[in-house]
Amino acid sequence: MSDVKTVFGSLASFQKGGIQVIADDPKNYVFSNVFDVASKAKPYERVAVGKNFEYVIECLRTEGTSPWYTADHDEFALVMDGMVEVELQKLGPSQAAAGGKDGAILVKGDPGGPRMGRIVCHRGHMALLPKGNAYRFKSARPGVVIIQTVQGELTIQRWAEICETRSAPV
Amino acid sequence: MSSPFAVQASEPDNYYGYRSFKHGKFEFSRDEYFVKVRWPKGSHVMPADVFLRALQRDVAWNFFYGTVNFDHVFGTLNHYGTVDMFAGRFNDAYRKAGLDYNETHKSDELLATFKAILEDWTNKGYDPFAAPEETANPYGRKNGDNVKAITRQRVTAQRMVGCAGDTPVRTDQNGYPVNRHFADVPQDQPQMLPEKGFEDEVKAFNLFGYLSRSDVTWNPSVCSVVRESLYCPTSEEFILPVEHGNDRVEWFLQLSDEITWVVKDKETGAPRANVVMRAGDIAAMPADIRHQGYSAKRSMLLVWENNSGKIPELIASGKAPVTPVKF
Repeated sequence: MSDVKTVFGSLASFQKGGIQVIADDPKNYVFSNVFDVASKAKPYERVAVGKNFEYVIECLRTEGTSPWYTADHDEFALVMDGMVEVELQKLGPSQAAAGGKDGAILVKGDPGGPRMGRIVCHRGHMALLPKGNAYRFKSARPGVVIIQTVQGELTIQRWAEICETRSAPV
Repeated sequence: MSSPFAVQASEPDNYYGYRSFKHGKFEFSRDEYFVKVRWPKGSHVMPADVFLRALQRDVAWNFFYGTVNFDHVFGTLNHYGTVDMFAGRFNDAYRKAGLDYNETHKSDELLATFKAILEDWTNKGYDPFAAPEETANPYGRKNGDNVKAITRQRVTAQRMVGCAGDTPVRTDQNGYPVNRHFADVPQDQPQMLPEKGFEDEVKAFNLFGYLSRSDVTWNPSVCSVVRESLYCPTSEEFILPVEHGNDRVEWFLQLSDEITWVVKDKETGAPRANVVMRAGDIAAMPADIRHQGYSAKRSMLLVWENNSGKIPELIASGKAPVTPVKF
């Protein structure tokens, strides 16, 4: 039996690090914590915690059932805390995101196509959210998912609220 | 490792057994403990293990993004087709003293020399990719080789690990046992319940389990791709063998445990900040810094890159900021 202890975070238990500045501005590091962000977010707000030109990492508090989303590019969901079910379904006519559109959009109504299947994910599991299809999340208890995606109309940016602005020894 | 490019190598030294190498006006030699680099304006000595660990990453990453500082003096700067090899270029004291030196080479030609050095100077049982606790001693006179260890291919998934035709998940059976520091990481796979005909689109894998089975350290590997957005998670233990000076903003998301990043100015090497990242922390590394990580326990780190070839010029010309967000 190994005595090793790998430390993962969760909504219930996380400990942030920090920035000790020598000659810099803490804001340059855009430092936040996904559990901290999710603990203060409403269910399924897509809060950007990373941004690199048009690309973002969105942080979602998973709680209950999300709306149906779709995107014109692949996205990837990584469960950081909790158990999350991903439902996938084909879209009906005129439900798809416009060709080349960035980021996720809400599907109008329920998806009109056939069901594709489900994925039950626990912490550390990554699911493909395939381009041009509908997906939604279900989570019986609060959890955290991060999504690798492109900045879109649903992306929320609240950097001043979530990011570290102080220098402090850690 | 045979190469179509001519590598300038000496015969093995009569005592130490290692070859010496030349590329341009740079000369490289090693003895039992140290590597010596010479160039027209000076010379520099480094511990052999420090040099080999850095060289291994530079080779495996094909010179990576931006600057790979082997230490505070020697390194490479990638121009994606050509590469600069320098001494003292990103060291304020060397520059002020006029001792800095730079040569530009075709990437594949310099890579051939670096691969030849790595192969000749890596002894039997020593693995420059491994944590120090997991490999043999790098020192001593020439003693065999470890070609299998130094020629590992960097993982580059095209869509996502585990997708049809893409990089497979890691298992005991395909040669990736769970690392000793991750013995407590759950190995269950997500439950995939596809309807008939959608088996290739209803896909998921256990990323944390995948990382727990990595046999290398400090080697970001592409696991999922959204256009030019690359998730490059990696497992980290001991010290990042290079001071990485990026030519673009790079993001880190600490997936487990803790890493301390020592951040310095990219041009001068002057200290700027120490960033401690714990599980769930996410931070940007600005495009005008160099960074080196310290991980006491093996940890999981998600390195997130924007692979666009346009960015280095946008950053260098000042058309794009060195930080990703203003607030």
